[in-house]
Amino acid sequence: LFFSYFKELVGKEVTVELKNDLAIRGTLHSVDQYLNIKLENTRVVDQDKYPHMLSVRNCFIRGSVVRYVLLPQDGVDIDILHDATRREARGG
Amino acid sequence: MASGGPALESLVDQIISVITNDGRNIVGTLRGFDQATNIILDESHERVYSTKEGVQQLVLGLYIIRGDNISVVGEVDEDLDARLDLSLLRAHPLKPVIH
Repeated sequence: LFFSYFKELVGKEVTVELKNDLAIRGTLHSVDQYLNIKLENTRVVDQDKYPHMLSVRNCFIRGSVVRYVLLPQDGVDIDILHDATRREARGG
Repeated sequence: MASGGPALESLVDQIISVITNDGRNIVGTLRGFDQATNIILDESHERVYSTKEGVQQLVLGLYIIRGDNISVVGEVDEDLDARLDLSLLRAHPLKPVIH
């Protein structure tokens, strides 16, 4: 379900918060079945605290280290998500 | 069977920055990878950040890093990287990943 949901979000700007507290903002370039995420135009949210990625513009984030993906307010159609979840719950 | 999604293929032979689960930052040239995100990194060196001294670089050579232990693989922009003055950079080390 979420794989296809993320495919819909490709091209949108998101912020990914990782399990090591690093937060990376960027444009969603692609996603795969493991929910690994590729972001373009990457910038770290708190660059002074985390200078480690200053020269990185595109990155691949392993699905297993994502804590949250912060979505754009207008990127979410709540009703469609609700329906899809209900369908999954029934069929699953 | 391959997902076709974000493969690391476009990064092969590029300089990349790997952030590992224990918070280390290793920079090197990507030579290979697999579905489990295990990677082969050439000419690798670890950049150690601290709040007291400038960034230390430890040369490692050819390494295989197991995918289980990888958080982020970043594509390093060489121009931007050349502009960084590592001796002036001070920062807290990255935190380790906790699940």
